[in-house]
Amino acid sequence: MIPFDYRRPDDIGTAVATVTGNPRAAFLGGGTNLVDHMKLGVAEPELLVDVTGLTSRDIERLPDGGLRVGAGVRNSDLAADPLVRERFPVLAQALLSGASGQLRNLATTGGNLLQRTRCVYFQDVTTPCNKREPGQGCSALEGYHRHHAVLGASRQCVAVHPSDLAVALAALDAVVRVQGPGGERTIPAETLHRLPGEHPERDTVLEHGELITAVDLPGLPFGPRSRYRKARDRASFAFALVSVAAALDVAGGLVRDVRIAFGGLAHKPWRARLAEDALRGRPAAPDEFRAAAEAELADAQPLRDNGFKVPMARNMLVSVLTELSAEDGAA
Amino acid sequence: MTNLLSPSAMGTDRVRVDGAAKVTGRARYACEHPVPHPVYLHPLQATIARGTVRELHTDDATALPGVLTVLTPFNAPPLETGTDAELEILQSPEVAFRGQLIGAVLAETPEIARQAAGLVRARYDREPHDVTLSADRDDLYAPEVVNPSLPTDTHDGDPDAAFAAAQRAVEATYTTPMLHNNPMEPHATIAIWDSDGLTLYDSTQGVHAMREVVTSVFGLEPDQVRVLAPYVGGGFGSKGTPHANLVLAVLAAKRTAGRPVKFAVTRQQMFSFVGYRTPTIQRVRLGADADGRLVSISNDVVEQTARIKEFAEQTGVPARSMYAAPNRRTTHRLAALDVPVPSWMRAPGECPGMFAPEVAMDELAEACGLDPIELRVRNEPETDPDSGLPFSSRNLVACLREGARRFGWDRRPRLPRSTLDGGWWVGTGVASSSYPVHSAPGSSATVRATGGGRYEVLIGAVDIGTGAWTVLTQIAADALAVPAERVDVRIGDTDLPEATVAGGSSGTTNWGSAIVEAAREFRQKFGADPHPGDELTAGMPELPGHERFAMRAFGAQFAEVRVNADTGEVRVPRLLGVFAAGRILNPRTARSQFIGGMTMGLSMALHEESVVDERFGFVVNHDLAEYHIASCADVASVQAHWLDEHDPHVNPMGSKGIGEIGIVGTAAAVANAAYHATGVRVRDLPIKADEFLEEAR
Amino acid sequence: MESEISLTVDGVRHDLVVDTRVSLLDALRERLGITSPKKGCDHGQCGTCTVLLDGRRATTCLALAVAHDGADITTSAGLESGGTPHPLHQAFLDHDGFQCGYCTPGQICSAAGMLDEAESGWPSAVTTDLARDPVLDAEEIRERMSGNLCRCGAYVNIVAAISEVAGRRSA
Repeated sequence: MIPFDYRRPDDIGTAVATVTGNPRAAFLGGGTNLVDHMKLGVAEPELLVDVTGLTSRDIERLPDGGLRVGAGVRNSDLAADPLVRERFPVLAQALLSGASGQLRNLATTGGNLLQRTRCVYFQDVTTPCNKREPGQGCSALEGYHRHHAVLGASRQCVAVHPSDLAVALAALDAVVRVQGPGGERTIPAETLHRLPGEHPERDTVLEHGELITAVDLPGLPFGPRSRYRKARDRASFAFALVSVAAALDVAGGLVRDVRIAFGGLAHKPWRARLAEDALRGRPAAPDEFRAAAEAELADAQPLRDNGFKVPMARNMLVSVLTELSAEDGAA
Repeated sequence: MTNLLSPSAMGTDRVRVDGAAKVTGRARYACEHPVPHPVYLHPLQATIARGTVRELHTDDATALPGVLTVLTPFNAPPLETGTDAELEILQSPEVAFRGQLIGAVLAETPEIARQAAGLVRARYDREPHDVTLSADRDDLYAPEVVNPSLPTDTHDGDPDAAFAAAQRAVEATYTTPMLHNNPMEPHATIAIWDSDGLTLYDSTQGVHAMREVVTSVFGLEPDQVRVLAPYVGGGFGSKGTPHANLVLAVLAAKRTAGRPVKFAVTRQQMFSFVGYRTPTIQRVRLGADADGRLVSISNDVVEQTARIKEFAEQTGVPARSMYAAPNRRTTHRLAALDVPVPSWMRAPGECPGMFAPEVAMDELAEACGLDPIELRVRNEPETDPDSGLPFSSRNLVACLREGARRFGWDRRPRLPRSTLDGGWWVGTGVASSSYPVHSAPGSSATVRATGGGRYEVLIGAVDIGTGAWTVLTQIAADALAVPAERVDVRIGDTDLPEATVAGGSSGTTNWGSAIVEAAREFRQKFGADPHPGDELTAGMPELPGHERFAMRAFGAQFAEVRVNADTGEVRVPRLLGVFAAGRILNPRTARSQFIGGMTMGLSMALHEESVVDERFGFVVNHDLAEYHIASCADVASVQAHWLDEHDPHVNPMGSKGIGEIGIVGTAAAVANAAYHATGVRVRDLPIKADEFLEEAR
Repeated sequence: MESEISLTVDGVRHDLVVDTRVSLLDALRERLGITSPKKGCDHGQCGTCTVLLDGRRATTCLALAVAHDGADITTSAGLESGGTPHPLHQAFLDHDGFQCGYCTPGQICSAAGMLDEAESGWPSAVTTDLARDPVLDAEEIRERMSGNLCRCGAYVNIVAAISEVAGRRSA
């Protein structure tokens, strides 16, 4: 780790200005990913701007039945919040399936979204990686890639995004509130993360100096009927092989509305628009769920060793939607 | 027959003597001993797998304030060379594997040392490397012996002809991956080389073993070196032999003018130079008659070693003694690769070497239409098929029967893929377990009266979590015929009488026998009412039974496995083991040894795999997020039971080693249960979701 | 670059100057000689460094000391009161919830924090009904303790020890 300066400004404006003014500055939240990467030499900031005392640690009610989550809210507090548990169980479940109790007590909402891939080559500075050093080549393409992407990857990068929270937020049409040098802006959670394309070094659409200040969860009447399921090698404390976040609204045996996102399949949380479109107005039945899943996964391009992810994702989606359609309140 | 000690403290359930220090965290592990003004070492590692270090640019590193020096192959102090290439580091610029230690930064703080290490630039002459293990290589060779000094091949009768003529046959290849021991405490050393000589606080399984190596590598006398290891955070074999990190710490201590050097190996570095279990490829052939009586057993093993130093895991050995068959063969062939040196990992030989044959037995049971327990019972030998000697005790069948009763084996559906419960395929499986009774000469103990009816017992043994400290206290109490509360055992220091390494499940046999002998001679000389200060040292006597009998502990492992019908995720909700391992000296710590081994076996079955990227030549999943070991959520019910086994031949305590048998057979039981759950036979560990989804597609 | 901070550890206040790079764990172990929290991986992957940080369980290897100026830290040693072992200490001894002992102080701090979390009604990944306060059965304990790896394989004894303490607290 290289030496760095540490600052704790008094307000968000100063924090943003400070990071904006120094290309080698970084915001520090809970540190659970950034400090990890600094030890590995993957990240080498020369200035850390601690925002843990600046961004909100509150969860506020929004008039439409939604919630505004401060970027400084710890993962454990967000998962335990009674309103989150009641209105958006998929979000609480996603958070609780991530990391460990002692890490969730440190990790923040904003930081969680910005965690970087677990690709072993990205994390090891002695191996080539386009995400870490553009132009070096992708070691995972022909290497150890069991955990890697089957959708939306490029020859430059086949990494997957590791956050569980982000998958739930993508499904819930959450909106990420950002403060930057040019003021405030909002970004749909679904588009916060990008596909690698020719620039795998960029995980998100955020510009340097932009700080996530809050996440808005719009009201979703059928939010209570939502679920997160995560398949992993260990029963706990492991990143997803595949995960699925889904919310389902059934009326008269037909799918009135549905939200679906996958984790573990792509460089970003994979909002399953094709599957959603295929399901709206169709019977809430396993055959329909399966057809929708297959439509979404039709373009999957597995690598040598991760073909299992395709049937895994399909089966999980069918199973989660089947369970949700059987829940109390199904009309 | 050995003169058996009458048990009083032995066999009772006692809390660990080191327990209070451990639960509070007051126990000091190697790098935690307070020393004044330590110097911190961060190593330099080769980033090529084969070649030569041409240059190491250290100017930027040495210019950093707080850096004391940088050790390199071009400036390091000389070592005695020519005996152990793994340890003779920095003596030449040649690189034999990626991650090899090629230098070290010494600095005032760990942060500075690590930063400076990152500033050193290496230039190499790179040569093509070869790290690919395959049974098809044309350069496989037969080692002279396999670990520790067993025959490489055995051949009885005509196994190929018998196999070809067998009415029932199983022939398959099974593989186990490279595995890393990963004790929770990474290897660590504090080395102090001052006018008193060399003092080492080391995380080791044997203080005297480390001293012997250090004296030999550095050309010192034993009285110049003291090694201390009062508490050790696990080892599982990886701290049983010295590795290059110890040598590097001592080399550095030569350069710090008496200041202590701290070298705490990082978790990532542990995948490079502190040993591992070789991957194995096992070709097993079992032939039987229609009744399931084996006529032919063979296991032809291919595994790897390092080009610079040979270690030949004895994977084929358990197949030599488990079951009766007139025609038998075991062979070992090695590929010498540009890889780190493999070494001991919990139950070397037995652990991988019982996976393949015990899965093959499950396959044979199916081929014969027999219950897998019944198949094993039908092939129970009268005497050790390998040596021809009688067993001092062998209760495999009793373990299988008792385990079946406790596990509820009779409720098991006969056919695989019979039970779907809540979206999970459920199955059960069984495998045999076995581990030899090892003993080694070289331990001695001192008994000293300290007054008021109290005694000190001194022996340079090490408790790596086995419970040795507690059990030796119980043995000493019975040997002196006093309550255990009156005995203080001191261990973990070369200033104490010499002791063998904590390995091969032999600690209790070796150290306990020495303590019993010292106590007996003490009582003979000083009587029942000695004066304070009376003391006597005696060595471990010969254990005559070991020449006349084959000695092994046996066990039966049962597993329940659930495989998710959607995802293929594999879980093990239940493990049950029954063991016959002589007298159990402390039920509490013994149970922990058994369940600990079984839990590591579960971890091996489902999770553990060191993935070598052949292009780069090293393990790429080199941390605990990527190299999974079982977590708490993976381990629901693990039960260990044992039979009352009376064996007067093994040692004065009547005990057999129990530190390793728990891991033997577990993975086979899990694989057999996974087959029973799903109908999918997995022959390659670890058993991953992928296998069951291939089927689904 | 250095920074002046204070930490209160097990009731004792320490003022120290640290390099900004120093983790909370290294500040405790290497600067203050407080070695109850252990280093097993240094990357948040094993839990051996768990302490109670301002009352909550937290890994200390990924926390920068400088970012926790003024923090109140309790280690497993600090859970003792006046030489009396904490109920978790005693339960770990009684159930042999450890072998080598290296992960143990972290397990015990984690368990202490986890019991408080459960008492506050926090759910876990295996809580089926998020609307209700969870019941801390063995499955819940296993899930909640999965951030603390134990290579000796003492999990079933660890869960038994914690179950006993949890049962007494809820009784």
